Amino acid sequence: MKKHWGLSESDVTDKSIYLNRRQLLQGVAAGALAGLARGVTAGESATETPAGGIARTDNPGPYTGNAPHWLQQKIKNTSPGKFNTAEAKTPFEHISRYNNFYEFGAAKGDPFENAQNFDTNPWNLKISGEAELTGSFQLEDILKPHDLEERIYRLRCVEAWSMVVPWIGFPLADLIKRFKPTSKAKYVKFTTLYDPAQMPGQASRFLAIDYPYVEVLRMDEAMNELSFLSLGLYGEVLPPQNGAPLRLVVPWKYGFKSIKSIVSIEFTSVRSRTTWEKSNPREYGFYANVNPEVDHPRWSQASERRLPNSLFSPNRIDTLMFNGYTEQVAGLYQGMNLRRNF
Amino acid sequence: MNSIRFRKPLLFLALTGPLDYLVLRIWCYSEGDPTALGADPGKEIMLFLGKWTLLMLLATLSVTPLQDLLKVKLVPFRRMIGLFAFFYASLHLFAYVAFLLAFDFSELWAGVMKRPYITVGFLALLGMIPLAVTSTRGMQRKLGRNWKRLHRSIYLIAILAIIHFIWQTRSDFTEPLMYSAALALLMSLRVIKSRRNRSVRTAPERV
Repeated sequence: MKKHWGLSESDVTDKSIYLNRRQLLQGVAAGALAGLARGVTAGESATETPAGGIARTDNPGPYTGNAPHWLQQKIKNTSPGKFNTAEAKTPFEHISRYNNFYEFGAAKGDPFENAQNFDTNPWNLKISGEAELTGSFQLEDILKPHDLEERIYRLRCVEAWSMVVPWIGFPLADLIKRFKPTSKAKYVKFTTLYDPAQMPGQASRFLAIDYPYVEVLRMDEAMNELSFLSLGLYGEVLPPQNGAPLRLVVPWKYGFKSIKSIVSIEFTSVRSRTTWEKSNPREYGFYANVNPEVDHPRWSQASERRLPNSLFSPNRIDTLMFNGYTEQVAGLYQGMNLRRNF
Repeated sequence: MNSIRFRKPLLFLALTGPLDYLVLRIWCYSEGDPTALGADPGKEIMLFLGKWTLLMLLATLSVTPLQDLLKVKLVPFRRMIGLFAFFYASLHLFAYVAFLLAFDFSELWAGVMKRPYITVGFLALLGMIPLAVTSTRGMQRKLGRNWKRLHRSIYLIAILAIIHFIWQTRSDFTEPLMYSAALALLMSLRVIKSRRNRSVRTAPERV
């Protein structure tokens, strides 16, 4: 059956049983209570979502999608990396169905529903700014010299929930070095794709967010050994809702710093404002380092709910400074007031 | 009258609909479908109940305008809708305390005191208690004119409930704006109507 992605006991129910139940749910969702009276859409296929048309991944196993062959090959050759954790990994079906990727909708299930046909092939990455090598490159060419490794990182969302995620990718520093940033390059600015035709969240008219999504790291943060560019998850390519084809992972910072579906990397001498800084500077700082002592104005950051949790236990655990990565990153912030530089 | 008596159970069934759907999802979840409620099932339940509380609040406020518009007697149904709003609000708070706080009441109190969005949500629910208590015909008679005054606080409660929602919105304001627009419309209809009534009432005096 399922091999390496360590599902918990909640998965022991035979899949066909819960698929039938899901079908029942969808019948109810579609036809409200009338559906029940009609005997619940018995002939309908379980591969149709209420949204219509999009094939549901009945197999709760990792996504394979429309990723190109070369990328799938590359991911097959992944080796274990140096970062791991003894904590239980969050099952794939939760990592891939509980997402904050507002470009695809604000509810946690929206990205899964809306991103399945997201076109990531071909994909271009623009490298620009204060570097010797700049230009627009195809993803394949960008990735050619990099060997992929698996790293299991904690992911702590600013909303006070967390997961444990087995990413596949390579160190951001390795990519940066190839483009030879000059001494003027003090910051690295990342930009997500802007494409309202594919990303319904960008098409909404009442947004508090200014798209395209922008994130910025200080150069020394970007060069830190933890900073990771991810292309895969649970042994397969990244599902679109998790930021395919290429995303950042900076595990000592709140999740929103780990920008998804990157189309541009720019080396800059001045610090650009990030999307969340612009949206609400009182609540979201530039650094966004995980810090249990500095509360979000609207909620406490002292603890987090490790997902998946259950109705019988919120699975609340203490939040660790720098999300438990103090050893790797504390040096970056020596002498800084982290309450002010939140 | 008879038709009202016949329709009330139907309305009751309809208003339990969201809860039936939720119970079904909880059942699927308990049977092992990890996607029935998602990775954070308690929060999913809480959000679902909160949303239906808002919708039911707006529904109670729509009763009189709809009655005026459609010229059908609807006010007899309003109490039940209001009580359901209170019911869903109570379940919403219960879900928060049970599933997110694991019955840690000191945490609830800290939230109410420290987090404005929790404060207003809590106040909205507290405000619904006297309305639910005085919803009976006996209380209505006993309170006379004051009953109407008291129950007008439902507008304030709806405003608090929507603020409670807006203060938790991070990116897309479409949904809270829809609720706000609906409430604004319902309130302005109310104001227009009471102005018109007043001018009708005062008209003879001017003669």
